[in-house]
Amino acid sequence: MKPTTVRRLIKPALFIACLLPLLSVLWRVFGIGGARLGANPIEEIQDTFGLWGLRLLVVTLAITPLRDWLGAPWLTMLRRMLGLFAFAYVLLHFLTWLVLDQGLYWPGILEDIAKRPFITIGLIALLLLVPLAVTSTKGMMRRLGKRWQALHRLIYPIALLAVWHFYWQVKADIREPLCYAAIVGVLLAWRAWKAMRRRAARQENMSAVREASGDGLS
Amino acid sequence: MWIKRFRPGDSATIAPSEITPEHVYLNRRQILAAGLAVGTAAIAPHSFAAGAQRKLEFARHERFSTNEPPTSYDDITTYNNFYEFGTDKSDPSDNSGAFKTTPWSVTIAGEAEITGTFALEDLLKPHALEERIYRMRCVEAWSMVIPWVGVPLGAVLKRFKPTSRAKYVAFKTVLRPQEMPGQRSRVLPWPYVEGLRIDEAMHPLTLLAVGLYGKTLPNQNGAPLRLVVPWKYGFKGIKSIVEIRFTEEQPPTTWNLLAPHEYGFYANVNPNVDHPRWSQARERHIGGGLFESRRPTLMFNGYEKEVASLYAGMDLRRFY
Repeated sequence: MKPTTVRRLIKPALFIACLLPLLSVLWRVFGIGGARLGANPIEEIQDTFGLWGLRLLVVTLAITPLRDWLGAPWLTMLRRMLGLFAFAYVLLHFLTWLVLDQGLYWPGILEDIAKRPFITIGLIALLLLVPLAVTSTKGMMRRLGKRWQALHRLIYPIALLAVWHFYWQVKADIREPLCYAAIVGVLLAWRAWKAMRRRAARQENMSAVREASGDGLS
Repeated sequence: MWIKRFRPGDSATIAPSEITPEHVYLNRRQILAAGLAVGTAAIAPHSFAAGAQRKLEFARHERFSTNEPPTSYDDITTYNNFYEFGTDKSDPSDNSGAFKTTPWSVTIAGEAEITGTFALEDLLKPHALEERIYRMRCVEAWSMVIPWVGVPLGAVLKRFKPTSRAKYVAFKTVLRPQEMPGQRSRVLPWPYVEGLRIDEAMHPLTLLAVGLYGKTLPNQNGAPLRLVVPWKYGFKGIKSIVEIRFTEEQPPTTWNLLAPHEYGFYANVNPNVDHPRWSQARERHIGGGLFESRRPTLMFNGYEKEVASLYAGMDLRRFY
């Protein structure tokens, strides 16, 4: 697919799609068309933002494998936007908790962060996302060079923490968090497998070079 | 005659503005009733059909009722934990339409002189229905105020003459995977079981509920017969009861079987003993909208004066 097609059509379409969860919350907050948030509106808003933050993290993580599986290099052009949307939803999820649910009641907030592991790991995941969002610009990519990719590998532990955060607050029905865990597991396992193959190939190359140049073990 | 008025909210501060004047409350009910009538006409085939609920004859039990404004009928009947119909809060109201509650019978078994299976009507016949407006505190840290209609459990149990060996009372929910889609997946071990110590079961606050807002219980709220123990977390309030058994040993309880470190047998509301994964100190009150902050949770859900003596000398951290 031509880069111009992606830029002109797919990217704006995806941008609008990523806004839909936010719009659905706003519709329901203002009761547009009789839409309602239900009996526990704060929980509903918080869950919607959190779930879409997780979903978009997973989609972002899936871009590279999908690119390889489908042979579609243009997919990479969507990755930054997806990652930034993931960050935005995670941030909204956190702010909903902080402002609407906890009402900026600091003793409760600090106690929860310190004493509730699922909140602690959720906050760590959010904090780890901040440098990724900050360094997502082209300028930053250029400035950081090789280190940029190393830094952005933080998405792997972030995705694991996010799934864990979800799993840990479910009371009994763990089917949904397990689905996300399975998807994240496959996406990370694929990367590990690829890295291992790369390393093996490199070693093979090196020994081939050595043999060709006849300098043995030196 | 009720001389001493009991207000579970007394220990908290309730602004006079929070108390709903009776005419507003009644008016609200009329509006609700009218809304329901229109609603049923419009959505007749829909299973939810709250209008199908039969009106009940009852007297308000003032002494045991809180003055706090009841949570709306809509919220009470669409935000439920009743995993037999699914694990989302909206699942019970969405999926309970095919559940049949007539005819209904309850088996009384175990350590009592009279045992057997009884039609629900016969079980309730000798008792006058009472309305009691109770606080309800879920273990998930949200709360409601619910106008139940029912009979004191103790009065019902006494008719079966429990023996001296009856130390506990065990309850069981109906097992009907055909009508209860949630029972087709093994999220919880079915059927749901619960239990009380005999003195808890005999306590005058403990209610066998058959109605809500003056009408028979909707399916999603545990029709046709459920337990209400207002000083305990909501999961103790077992729904759609088919068996009541007097036992000598402490009976197993579903959530305790699933996660013993998180859900105890007692499950008394206690702001000082947290759930391992979340705080129980404050609660989200349903109906408060987007900008109401969490309320402090009261010891024994505000029923401390009435029930604290049941647990005198017990370490409530150990017996959570």
